[in-house]
Parts: sequence; structure tokens; C-alpha cells
Amino acid sequence: MILFIAGTAALVVAMLLVLARLYIGPALYDRVLALNSFGTLTVLLLGFIGFLTERPDFLDIALLYALINFVGTIAVLKFFRYRALGRGLGNRDGAEG
Amino acid sequence: MDMSLIETACDIATAIAFTMGSIFLLIGAFGIVRLPDFWSRLHAAGVIDTAGAELILIGMMFQTGWDIATLKLILIAFFVFITSPTATHAVSNAAFVAGLRPLDLKKDETEETLGDVPTAAIPHRSGAAASPGTTSGTEGNA
Repeated sequence: MILFIAGTAALVVAMLLVLARLYIGPALYDRVLALNSFGTLTVLLLGFIGFLTERPDFLDIALLYALINFVGTIAVLKFFRYRALGRGLGNRDGAEG
Repeated sequence: MDMSLIETACDIATAIAFTMGSIFLLIGAFGIVRLPDFWSRLHAAGVIDTAGAELILIGMMFQTGWDIATLKLILIAFFVFITSPTATHAVSNAAFVAGLRPLDLKKDETEETLGDVPTAAIPHRSGAAASPGTTSGTEGNA
């Protein structure tokens, strides 16, 4: 148990540092990068919570969060590049304006 | 006697993996805060996504025994291992297309090596460039 508490402490410190970059990041892409790393650290934190509270159900949430984090990053990048999420990437003719 | 020996070995393995993983996580987070440039911060994010996360997940696997939780942890490790470099590549590709360049770049050789790379897809960086509709036709991948 002491192992998980120590790991959680290091993880929380890392999350706070990444959150600082998320706040002060000068460009948009610094923030997206910090958000992606923060999502990965959140997956690890969910695993730690599952072990600390003796409930392995949290691993399902962590697995789901890992997938949603990836899709969310790609969606944010696509939105800031095309200013729209509805159109497919192959529909270049309709992407005007 | 035998089971307690295995448990002790698993605890030691978990301690080693958690220690190394926490060190990698702290190094990566410190690098994300302290490094001067977006392109150098990508390396720190890579340290977090691969070494730190995988080592901590491996350390968790030693504590579960063999049940369904181990399978879930293996799946999480697999997905993180696949999707994190992909997301980092997408971020760096988008930043490159948007015109972000390294800080102390002496000479920008983008146009003479790659030809016409659009750098005006992002409105707040486009300035006096052409409209965003003209750039989306030539750039293939996203």
C-alpha cells in the first residue's frame, strides 16, 4: 500500500507541473500537448485510485479514458485546423469557408 | 513459504518499476515546464507517454496476480503505447503546418525542400496570407 501512496504522490506532482504548462503555454499547441500528457497521467491516476480503494472497476474507467483522450486530442486538432468538425477530411470541395 | 517468496519478489519488482516510472514522470513533467521551445517540449511529453506510463502500468501488473485486472492493465498499456505517439505526431504535424518553427532556427529550409507547404491554415497565425480555403487542397495528411 505504501508503494501506491508514494506513486500517487509523484503522479500528483507531475500532474500539477503539466497543469502549469497547460495554463501558461504561449502557443495553442503547447496547450494541446500538455492536455495530452495530462490525459495520460489521468489514466495512471485512475489506476492508482482503483488500487488504493481496492476496487478494480476503476481500470475500466482508465481504459475508456485512454481511448477518449486520444480521440479528444485528434478532435481538438482537427477543429483548430479546419474550424469545423462535421465534414470529413476527404470532402475538400465542401471545405471552403 | 513459496507463495510468500513470490509475493515478496512481486513487491520488489513493483517498487523498482514504480520508482523508475515516477522518476521518468517527474523528469518529463519538469521538462514540459522548463524547456524553452515547443519542439523540445515534445521530447519531454514523449518521456511521460512511453517510459513513465508503461513502467507504472507494469508495476501495477505485478500486484494483481493473474486475473481480469491484469488483462485490463495490459490493454491500457497497449492502447497508451499505440495512441500516445500517434497523438504526439498529430500535434507536431499540426504545429508544423501552422507555421511554428524552432526558436534558434538559423535558416528555414521548408520551402526549398518540401515545396509549397501551407502555413496559413490557422487564422490567428495567418496574418496577411491567403484565405484558409486555398490551403486545404494541397496538404494531404491530417
